[in-house]
Amino acid sequence: MRPGSTTVRWRMAFLTDRLTLAVAVLVALVLGMPLLKPLFAAAFPALDRPLYEADSFLALTLDHLALVGLSSLMAVVAGCAAGVFVTRPSGAEFRGILEAVATMGQTFPPVAVLAVAVPVMGFGPKPALIALTLYALLPIVENTVAGLEGVPEAVLESARGLGMGPVERLFRVELPLAAPVILAGVRTAVVINVGTAAIASTVGAKTLGLPIIVGLNGSNQAYVIQGAVIVAALAVVLDFGFDRLAALSVRWRRG
Amino acid sequence: MITFERVTKRFEPWTAVDGVSLTVEAGEFCVLIGPSGSGKSTLMKMVNRLIVPDEGTIRVGGEDIAMLRPEDLRRRMGYVIQNVGLFPHWTVERNIATVPTLLGWPKARVRDRVSDLLDLLKLDARRFRDAYPHQLSGGQQQRVGVARALAAEPAILLMDEPFSALDPITRGALQAEMTAIHKATGTTIVFVTHDMDEALKLANRIAVLDHGRLIQFGPPLEILHRPANDTVRDLIGREDWGLKLLAVETVGQRVRPDVEKVPGAPLPIDAPLRQAIAEMVARGTDRLPVVDARGRPAGVLHLSDVVRS
Amino acid sequence: MPHRTILHNRVALLLAAAIAAAALTLPFLGFAPNRLLSGRPVALWAALEGAALEGAADWLVLLPGAVVLAVPFLRPGRLVSVAYVAAGVLFAVGLVWLAGEQAARLAANAAPAARTSFGAGFWVMEAAALLAAMDGVRRLGLASAWRIAVGAVAAGLIGVMLASGRLDQLSILKEYANQRDVFAAAVVRHAVLVAAALVPTLLVGVPLGVLAQRVPRVRRAVFPVLNVVQTVPSIALFGLLLAPLSVLANALPGLGIAGVGPVPAVIALTFYSLLPIVRNTVEGLDGVPSAVREAARGMGMTKRQIFLKVEVPLALPVFLSGLRITLVQAVGLAAVAALIGAGGLGAIMFQGLFANALDLVLLGAVPVIVLAVAVDAALKLAVSIIGRRAA
Repeated sequence: MRPGSTTVRWRMAFLTDRLTLAVAVLVALVLGMPLLKPLFAAAFPALDRPLYEADSFLALTLDHLALVGLSSLMAVVAGCAAGVFVTRPSGAEFRGILEAVATMGQTFPPVAVLAVAVPVMGFGPKPALIALTLYALLPIVENTVAGLEGVPEAVLESARGLGMGPVERLFRVELPLAAPVILAGVRTAVVINVGTAAIASTVGAKTLGLPIIVGLNGSNQAYVIQGAVIVAALAVVLDFGFDRLAALSVRWRRG
Repeated sequence: MITFERVTKRFEPWTAVDGVSLTVEAGEFCVLIGPSGSGKSTLMKMVNRLIVPDEGTIRVGGEDIAMLRPEDLRRRMGYVIQNVGLFPHWTVERNIATVPTLLGWPKARVRDRVSDLLDLLKLDARRFRDAYPHQLSGGQQQRVGVARALAAEPAILLMDEPFSALDPITRGALQAEMTAIHKATGTTIVFVTHDMDEALKLANRIAVLDHGRLIQFGPPLEILHRPANDTVRDLIGREDWGLKLLAVETVGQRVRPDVEKVPGAPLPIDAPLRQAIAEMVARGTDRLPVVDARGRPAGVLHLSDVVRS
Repeated sequence: MPHRTILHNRVALLLAAAIAAAALTLPFLGFAPNRLLSGRPVALWAALEGAALEGAADWLVLLPGAVVLAVPFLRPGRLVSVAYVAAGVLFAVGLVWLAGEQAARLAANAAPAARTSFGAGFWVMEAAALLAAMDGVRRLGLASAWRIAVGAVAAGLIGVMLASGRLDQLSILKEYANQRDVFAAAVVRHAVLVAAALVPTLLVGVPLGVLAQRVPRVRRAVFPVLNVVQTVPSIALFGLLLAPLSVLANALPGLGIAGVGPVPAVIALTFYSLLPIVRNTVEGLDGVPSAVREAARGMGMTKRQIFLKVEVPLALPVFLSGLRITLVQAVGLAAVAALIGAGGLGAIMFQGLFANALDLVLLGAVPVIVLAVAVDAALKLAVSIIGRRAA
């Protein structure tokens, strides 16, 4: 083994630690928030109800994750398929317009996209899911195209020379080489979606944003803090998780 | 012109330049050569204080350069590097005008100087004056780089492997240009390279460095005939030593002042012997007529005289 | 080429198919008796029929649509592409005009509270028309500045219609008429929030970026922090700033600080804006080739001259693209800031969401999108002008 691999292992251990710590904090907050009730009562003596109890934080977290997970999953499937299609000769014609849409669409603020979904599709989790999926598509498509495009021509040529067919080239050469870039797009999409999903409680989706919105509307700062802390922890956990995935994907790419 | 007195530079843990003493005379074309890591670039960069020596003194025209403001010192010298380093956001004209502008020359004088330099470097002013660097080929960029270095009429020109990144044909053309410019301007040139052919072609004197030490300092012929040690022999190349010699020595050194009539087109007296051999092989003869600079017969070159050591 | 048949532009074919399908199957408009009820659908052909009864020439709107339908089968060339772009723009504008006219016709026979709003068919056709124009610009091989110019022409034409009052019977404009003053104040407030966050961002971010580029230790310390801040969702950061700022407000009542309102919004926006500014300042300076720096030093430029004459101009395009990201992001985040009482267009949007008034939602959300796109286009234009010289 080369000396570099020890460093990698050491860094992996460090990442694991950071990630484990963040997960532990998140789980503790989600499950243990009721235990902090006396603390909030002491900090906000003016409030009748210092703890958000309309829904359990666990249920809200799971709903939040379901919304983010489902929308991201659909976006990954559709986005990768679209990215692969436009980088094949048969789909090359669509590449320019797809990239233009992906670039332009990302200038649309996610919150505005979410709001516009309501007049078009009504209130509830469904428009939120669709808005989140559409928005997540943009960075994923952009990065899939960039990643596949970044595979060196010489590598493709030698793959052809070794007798690989188009399907083998795609799955054995192109996608593994593009994986880190695609993953970066998924990460961008997920991080944005965690935040947008929180705001989606204003359009009728039940997420971790709900305590924040209820708290802001009812001047209950304790609710706001409880929701905000958990959403922030969730976002950080996912971000650290993607850090780890990125390290793994590079390792996987090396074989 | 440039004197190094026991100059040492350490980049811990290793010593890049180790107690080098060396004098480059005014008007000389001095080439610093050595394998990579020999300290040749470091030695040159200490002349314009891009690197400051740990020990020893460097004098330029008798002045200790440690006493001068680095910017003033650098504006008095031309500097050319391998990667050219043209300013990508400036036109060719503005690039060449950099140092004259820093020195506050009047606009008209700068403009005239740019025109002269474009001529000198064989760049068509109409085409290149307002072009941006990215519109130029690698060779053209380095021509602009050399013009920029010469812009303020410096007494010293420092060149750090300026032609290493160019293809052989472009490199050959620029080497010829440098010889001509050196002859025409009399500028003192310090030129770093790792290519012995280039050194032999350009230099008045060659300084061979290895592990930060000066191994040998002398004219090309002396380096070829009496290499100081194996490092120098390796740099020359053991197998084609003879060819290198032929490239350095000229016809004039071996010509017989005969009045004998030899048929065929004559060779100029300052042509390298390598060219003479090539002609002999091509024409299937062992003797060639030679003429001097003004085209008058100067004698005959015999193959046997070329071969004798 | 695999397809050498009569089909020359499959993108246009797809867009034309989308237009045709939307025209035939989706409601072009929705007509409702008041702002809170959902409307009955009005198809495109019904709108044209209404126009025909009045002898109006609204059917001319279909002409550019027909051109888009024809483009896939025309041999590609400059003229076809120009026609393609023009048809896309004119169709997009024409649809808006047709919607306005039809809204006026419907309003003539209805109570004043009645509302005509855009239907799904309108949105699909509008999007397809604009995409056709974009595709055409791309096929013409023009620089991105031209794409911006084409967008500006479309926006300008719609602007003229807005100003002329021909669209006044559309629900979103009826809503605007009710909220005129509120709307104007919200736009100003929105811009002020973004600008107010930009000032501290630049004052802190640019020096921090320059420092981080020079000192590796600063770089290693700054980026993890800013990255985590960027990861935290905006609504959470607003929420988390609430408590400490209210404590501060109670402790120092005279400073105008509060847990809710524009001040915490500007603070949070600044935190978010720092990352792109610092990152792109560093990246811009990193991008200056070391050979260029060495040459500048070797020719006797002072540190100050190297920074101002070489590094700054070369880093500027990357820096400006960071500024673009920052501003576009801030326009969106300022909308979220309405939740903590910062005002702005987000306030109109959320008021609509909470009150189930969908026109109000659009009145808030559409200008936010327009503002973000406009800021993006303006800065891209600036980068392309500066970048062309430095390329």
